[in-house]
Amino acid sequence: MCAKFGREKKIMGEISFLYEARGQVLVIHLPKEFDHHNSRDLRYETDLLLSENYVRRMVFDFSRTVFMDSTGIGILLNRYKQMQRSGGSAAIYGANAQIRRVLAVGGVTKLMPQYASKEAALLG
Amino acid sequence: MCRTETNAELNAGRSDMETAGTLRDGPETPPVPAPPDHAAETMRLQIESRSRNEEFARVVVAAFASRLDPTLMEIDDLKTAVSEAVTNAVIHGYGGGDGIIYIEASVCGRELTVTVRDTGVGIPDIPKAMEPMFTTDRTGERSGMGFAFMEAFMDQVEVRSEIGRGTAVTMKKQMGG
Repeated sequence: MCAKFGREKKIMGEISFLYEARGQVLVIHLPKEFDHHNSRDLRYETDLLLSENYVRRMVFDFSRTVFMDSTGIGILLNRYKQMQRSGGSAAIYGANAQIRRVLAVGGVTKLMPQYASKEAALLG
Repeated sequence: MCRTETNAELNAGRSDMETAGTLRDGPETPPVPAPPDHAAETMRLQIESRSRNEEFARVVVAAFASRLDPTLMEIDDLKTAVSEAVTNAVIHGYGGGDGIIYIEASVCGRELTVTVRDTGVGIPDIPKAMEPMFTTDRTGERSGMGFAFMEAFMDQVEVRSEIGRGTAVTMKKQMGG
């Protein structure tokens, strides 16, 4: 089963998040600019999705993302902890070189495995 | 050595601010006049304290820095550091409320200096605020890594703050060449 849901928002001409359910996997397509402004609603929206769906794995898609700062790190770490608490897992795919650098500085690299493709990230 | 009228004016406005960190301002004596071709090039930006302006601010500073012919990685590092400082001003300095954020950038030789300043609440304990993972945020969403990121992606970071008067973050980075 595959369904796309959640709110699509246009911010500075860019569609922000798009949430996609793949069975028990929730895929979060991150925005081009993953900063404080563009992630204000992510917490509320993912909390809602987690409460309404059985999610075993959370997969973050960075393939459109060209910028991230420590706000993004905070969000990833908090989602990671949420998944850990419920016995689930979290993964990342599509991160470019700069995003990988930011993930490393933010200490996310050690916690969340990174994959080159969506298919690999879904399987884990 | 470049003329640094920007810094002189900046200091004049808040000479009573506490200084923390390892970086100090240059000599108190008036700057030595430099040849025109070595004059520091400067830009100033005033923006409203809104999250929407975070991207605008980092893009403007990056565009200003492009005259140093930086690498893409240097530009990305600069954008991240500026975004951290501006986000701090929006969230912590002005607590999400109204305010003006003052951004000044200058180049001297291959060095870029950028200052992000607010006139918000100020930081009670700067060393504490700069500790990695420290945050006053209670939602669990903030990583507390803002200053750590600025230090990771820039060569030097200096924070000055006074309770009730505001905070100024000055960062330096060698770029290009």
